[in-house]
Amino acid sequence: MTDVSKRVDTVKLVIDGVEVTAEKGELVIRVAERMGIAIPRFCDHPLLAPAGACRQCLVEVEGQRKPVASCTQTVAEGMVVKTQLSSPVAAKAQAGVMELLLINHPLDCPTCDKGGECPLQNQAMSTGRADSRFVEEKREYQKPIHISSQVLLDRERCVLCQRCTRFSEEIAGDKFIDLMDRSSGEQINVYRDDFFGGDGTGDGEVGDGAGDVPFNSYFSGNTIQICPVGALTGEQYRFRARPFDLVSTPSACEHCASGCSQRTDHRRGKVLRRLAGDDPAVNEEWNCDKGRWGFRYATATDRIMTPLVRDAATGELREAAWSEALLIAAEGLKAARERGVGVLPGGRLTVEDAYAYAKFTRTVLGSNDIDFRARPVRATGSSTAITEEADFLAANVAGGTGVTYEDVENAPSVLIVGLEPEEEAPILFLRLRKGHRRGNLKITAVSSYLSRGLEKLGAALVAAVPGDEAHLLGTDPAVAAALSAPGSLLIVGERLATVPGGLSAAAALADRSGARLAWVPRRAGDRGAIDAGCLPNLLPGGRPVTDPAARAELSLAWKVEPGVLPGTAGRDVDRIIAAAADGTLGALLVGGVDPADLTDPRLAEEALDAVPFLVSLEMRQSAVTRRADVVLPIAPAVEKAGTYMDWESRLRSFGAVLKSTAMTDGRVLEAIAALLDVTLNTGDVMAIRRELGALPGSTAPNPAQPAAEAARPAQPAGDEAVLATWHQLIDLGSLLDGDQVLAGTARPPVARIGKDLAESLGVGDGDLVTVSTVRGTVTLPAAITDLPPRVVWLPTNSPGSTVRRSLGVTAGAVVKLSAGVPGPILAEGAVQ
Amino acid sequence: MTQPRPEVLQKLTPVLTKRWLSPDAWRIGVYERLDGYLALRKALDVHPDDLIQLVKDSGLRGRGGAGFPTGLKWGFIPQGDGKPHYLVINADEGEPGTCKDLPLMTYDPHSLVEGAIIASYAIRANRAYIYIRGEAVHAARRLRNAVQEAYAKGYLGKNILGSGFDLDLVVHSGAGAYICGEETALLDSLEGFRGQPRLRPPFPAIAGLYASPTVVNNVGTIASVPYIVLGGADWWKSMGTEKSAGPMIYSLSGRITNPGQYECGLGITLRELIELAGGMKPGHNLKFWTPGGSSTPILTAEHIDTPMDFEGVSAAGSILGTTAMQIFSDQDCPVYNTWRWLEFYHHESCGKCTPCREGNYWMVRTYRRILAGQGTYKDLDTLQDTADNIFGRSFCGLGDGAATPVVSTLKWFRQDYLDYIEGRTAPRLSEKSLVGAH
Amino acid sequence: MTTVEFSPAAEPLAAKLLEPALEILARYPAGRERSALLPLLHLVQTEEGFVSPNGVAFCAELLGINKAQVGAVATFYTMYKRRPTGEYLVSVCTNTLCNVMGGQEVYDQLSEHLGVGHDETTADGRITLEHAECLAACDYAPVVTVNYDFTVDQATPESAVELVENLRKGERPTPARGARICSLREMQYQLAGFADPRDGAVADGVAGAPTLRGVRLAQEHGVTVAGFDPDTPITKTKPRVTEEKK
Ligand SMILES: Cc1cc2nc3c(=O)[nH]c(=O)nc-3n(C[C@H](O)[C@H](O)[C@H](O)COP(=O)(O)O)c2cc1C
Ligand code: SF4
Ligand code: FES
Repeated sequence: MTDVSKRVDTVKLVIDGVEVTAEKGELVIRVAERMGIAIPRFCDHPLLAPAGACRQCLVEVEGQRKPVASCTQTVAEGMVVKTQLSSPVAAKAQAGVMELLLINHPLDCPTCDKGGECPLQNQAMSTGRADSRFVEEKREYQKPIHISSQVLLDRERCVLCQRCTRFSEEIAGDKFIDLMDRSSGEQINVYRDDFFGGDGTGDGEVGDGAGDVPFNSYFSGNTIQICPVGALTGEQYRFRARPFDLVSTPSACEHCASGCSQRTDHRRGKVLRRLAGDDPAVNEEWNCDKGRWGFRYATATDRIMTPLVRDAATGELREAAWSEALLIAAEGLKAARERGVGVLPGGRLTVEDAYAYAKFTRTVLGSNDIDFRARPVRATGSSTAITEEADFLAANVAGGTGVTYEDVENAPSVLIVGLEPEEEAPILFLRLRKGHRRGNLKITAVSSYLSRGLEKLGAALVAAVPGDEAHLLGTDPAVAAALSAPGSLLIVGERLATVPGGLSAAAALADRSGARLAWVPRRAGDRGAIDAGCLPNLLPGGRPVTDPAARAELSLAWKVEPGVLPGTAGRDVDRIIAAAADGTLGALLVGGVDPADLTDPRLAEEALDAVPFLVSLEMRQSAVTRRADVVLPIAPAVEKAGTYMDWESRLRSFGAVLKSTAMTDGRVLEAIAALLDVTLNTGDVMAIRRELGALPGSTAPNPAQPAAEAARPAQPAGDEAVLATWHQLIDLGSLLDGDQVLAGTARPPVARIGKDLAESLGVGDGDLVTVSTVRGTVTLPAAITDLPPRVVWLPTNSPGSTVRRSLGVTAGAVVKLSAGVPGPILAEGAVQ
Repeated sequence: MTQPRPEVLQKLTPVLTKRWLSPDAWRIGVYERLDGYLALRKALDVHPDDLIQLVKDSGLRGRGGAGFPTGLKWGFIPQGDGKPHYLVINADEGEPGTCKDLPLMTYDPHSLVEGAIIASYAIRANRAYIYIRGEAVHAARRLRNAVQEAYAKGYLGKNILGSGFDLDLVVHSGAGAYICGEETALLDSLEGFRGQPRLRPPFPAIAGLYASPTVVNNVGTIASVPYIVLGGADWWKSMGTEKSAGPMIYSLSGRITNPGQYECGLGITLRELIELAGGMKPGHNLKFWTPGGSSTPILTAEHIDTPMDFEGVSAAGSILGTTAMQIFSDQDCPVYNTWRWLEFYHHESCGKCTPCREGNYWMVRTYRRILAGQGTYKDLDTLQDTADNIFGRSFCGLGDGAATPVVSTLKWFRQDYLDYIEGRTAPRLSEKSLVGAH
Repeated sequence: MTTVEFSPAAEPLAAKLLEPALEILARYPAGRERSALLPLLHLVQTEEGFVSPNGVAFCAELLGINKAQVGAVATFYTMYKRRPTGEYLVSVCTNTLCNVMGGQEVYDQLSEHLGVGHDETTADGRITLEHAECLAACDYAPVVTVNYDFTVDQATPESAVELVENLRKGERPTPARGARICSLREMQYQLAGFADPRDGAVADGVAGAPTLRGVRLAQEHGVTVAGFDPDTPITKTKPRVTEEKK
């Protein structure tokens, strides 16, 4: 570097005889690390506040009487530091602490999960002594104990560094584990009644006292990852492998739109575990338990490995050769082209696969009837002519909003609408919390109640009856105040689409306040599918289908005749379903869509039954494959390369973890296209990336923002209430199938009602409440919550609470309430 | 029993202990008759900065063990920072041997209350807490009563004596943890957490209670303030030595004829103190003693003429600490005593840092073995080395305190250890005590 | 803070303790109510005799923290008992000084006599025995406290046994220096920060000879500190402030 301009915020110090420049406030241990000096450590973690508890990192600082913990010591001008490399005192202090750490450690490395990747093991080799002078009896504990269905604790291995408890408090906000007892009896534990003479077998090892509280956190897996010893282990991985037998591959999480980078470890063709990757811009070093443990679906027994076709004679699906299946698919689609083919690719695709669907729909099917949105896109009962969300996505989201995690962390104020960050975008939640903990970020949420997640964000609540959000965005002074500071952000979730006028009001509010707007969907593929062109009104690159210039650009790039690309917006998901159900459409091409996720699963299934020809690209048996005429198996995320686009519009590329012959959606679509004489060129991700890279930027003028009128909420009467609902992170989602242990960490489903309803129904906490519509019922224990009057909240898709299937409505709908289980008449309505 | 010589008697300086002679001095009326709350009136009449200067001039040093200059500590509190300030009085007296704060609070509680009001006024605190050791129930009873009386008389609460100064004083009982005497652990405990010490910096003066500027002072320190306000810095300095000014309550216990509290000018010697205490118990010869609680390196008979002030004791290789002098004789065993101290440190270790948590676990067990007649020569080296690995390596002073008796008894009384190892001394502990004593 | 909904576990305690509990909370600045946790746990012991699971729930719900956080605190301090206790807690100091002065024999004798060990309670529910660490009364060594009030000074095995025998007979002997004896639960009320409600209890207990030894010597020999003038002026460099408040 030639630039020697003096920066005032740096200091010069000497470490082991070498002069080094450091930022003011930097910790000695980090500076040493930059210089390549590895000071041993346990409690230190760069993302947690310094603790100085383990004392392993002691160094000598000139002028100090005692050795100093380098993980808590900040640099100072002229400081002279000697680490173990140049100071016998430091070396002795470190060796001494290491010896003390080991006296009570069981040294059971051969049977410990952490063996081979254990900071204690490694540093004991570098810093410890060959023999132990300790001849007394070691401390013993009952082992292991479950602190949640997922996390196990071997207390005798713990070095009490408190990384786990500090993570849970500082980062996740879930202080359900803590230090218990003191002195050499100090231990990590959850709350257990038997610590206080309650039920249990004593010594705190049993978790079935009536009042016991497990480690209730969506982020618990991180504690396992940062535990520097094998004290915390995961049920799913425990005793399954040795780290040195595993092959690690960087990967990106396929679950939500947070975009976590992760590491996938496999051995002999089988994924054994996933860890949070280290990406300071996105997930830092964390992930959520869903991302960490939710990968069992790919190895579920109902995985489809060979194409299936419906046998004309038996009417049953039978296995078929690829050539046969592809041909049947191609011919079927060709035959249906005239009447119309609806394409529902789903929201879990990579950008590359989404692009393949978009291109296939336009060039092979000559249609715009494509919609990735496998969820309600408007309020129940609204006219399908309203295209508010699609217009919003075209005008405000396609091409990127520019808002990033960093912006969130540094914003003065964030207003959240239609989004429950902890449940629907957990890493965004962590970043919001980081801003909040630093004390500079104010968070305001327009929601029906102050959830535990919002409480952890210190959020102020603008209480909204579902359906009233649009109105509040336009008129509530607290809403306006929340966005008054320059640099404020307005973050809307995909659920706002179900509030008539909601997205229009958000767009207008952003304009009015100058706040930047970000849109956060739930699935990993949602955001990318927009720019890839999987909407009825948008071509790839955010080009409006109605814009002739945009169509011309694409026709040129795709080498298709002008006029092949239709110039009017296609059908959206609801209209595709309706058109399939009423016999208008000739075929459906469906990707990874679970009909249960659509507004009205029953109608969706009717449509799948009714449509003359159904092609399903799937990984596992599903409600779609069971009804399909042709099922073409495709690769799960671990078996392919691809790219997700997170909510920030950041690309998260990954390579295949496992070698596999399974094909991507793009490859299958390319093969079908080829049979129909179209060269799709989507068989290879690199080719797609090249093609996407070569697409010229859109020159189309930005489409107009939607301006739908703000609705007022429904007016419930008598025994009615307005429904509020959203997904819980761990729920019945199909990518969580097959993992009972993970399911055990889900928040128990409850029906939340306010005091008013509790009183009028005569129910208390835990008593059963039944929510019903003409469609059916949901019965759950009540949780009395501070909700607006006459509002009931249900989890959207949790055990016992499948709102869409059982009730057939979205948030904002009027539902009926009754105490207890449904009576015979209601129950009848629930029969599917 | 011989009478102390007059020149030794002259070394007594009854200042803080003086009112103890008046059986009802804990009542506010009696206290007021004995100069009580005069100092407060005087203090409220001057600018707080002048009070801080007065305390600086007096040379008052903290009576909690570390001897930090009190005026300097008060001066660290940032003024005009817009944050609330707090005074927290450390009444956790738990250092083995120390027993001066309890009688002070029991027999003369108002002197602490009055000192607290003056100190709060000086540092501009409107809330003060007395964190009193949980077990000290009678002292707490008297203190609470005194606080109530002081409120009733307008010495506490709003607009104290028309000065415009407001102060709320709360007596907060601990719950049994020696570590809560360490000032940052105390603050965590007072905030309702486990009493584990905090990282410093930030120091309490910048971010103490509720992350606000806080002065933490010992009971004896604060109770000294009214006397300094009344008698002035020069008078205060007329007692003690140049660098260790003022009177000090020496707590004598153990093998002497009259154990008890002896308030003398700093710098008196153990020889003189023993003389005041009527000499050693008949049949006992001085063998070893703690100058300031069990956390200070023990001294031996040869140190009997060491001046008991901060500098003198330090020159002798120990620490003045809390001037809690536990006096042991040739009939006491330094090895046994050290074991028992270690049981204490092990019991009281907060568990936060490795050296203290694990080191005490280890050393206690080694001592049990030695005392059960199963010690080895190697044990002595290991003990010395383990103590070295704890001392100065642990998070707070508790670990240092634990290592101290080990190091100092090994230094002075190695032979007593060898006597167990080589079978000359009969085992003091049975084998059954080898497992889990506490 | 006033509208806490208590769970069924905490409700019975809340019904009895909410009022004093709110008084405790009021001693700390708004937003700093967690400071009340230690006194609240003492308060729980007034009803339960120990920190019961329900007591943990009560504190957690009142302060809006979770039970692990309360548990972490309750298991840290020795005065929070985790099993039911007796009417009287008899503590014998066995820290070094008291120990060598006879405290260990006192403890051993009591343990044998009562048939209970450390932190255990006699079958009649009268006495919980413990060996304690330094109780800050070394000049009276060895000391025995009943519910933390100094009851027997310079204890011997005989005087200690006599004490517990009297207690078991339902008598409440006059403590050496503490206030008249109450039950452990009643004592917890004071530990929670409330004034001793018993007439005269504050006045109970006189200073023992060791406490007064030095000052009495001085008195007897007419030793005083010279030069004390309560009117010694304080150097004023700044004007008197009557207004220091914002
Ligand atoms: C382990 C440990 C225990 C302590 N116990 C006490 C105590 O019981 N009382 C006390 O006043 N200071 C105690 N201290 C000292 C305090 O940390 C602090 O220095 C003192 O309260 C400051 O008050 P002073 O300046 O008035 O002496 C202890 C320190 C340590 C390290
Ligand atoms: S369990 Fe692991 S992370 Fe937690 S304190 Fe123990 S060693 Fe540290
Ligand atoms: S890493 Fe520095 S004290 Fe633990």
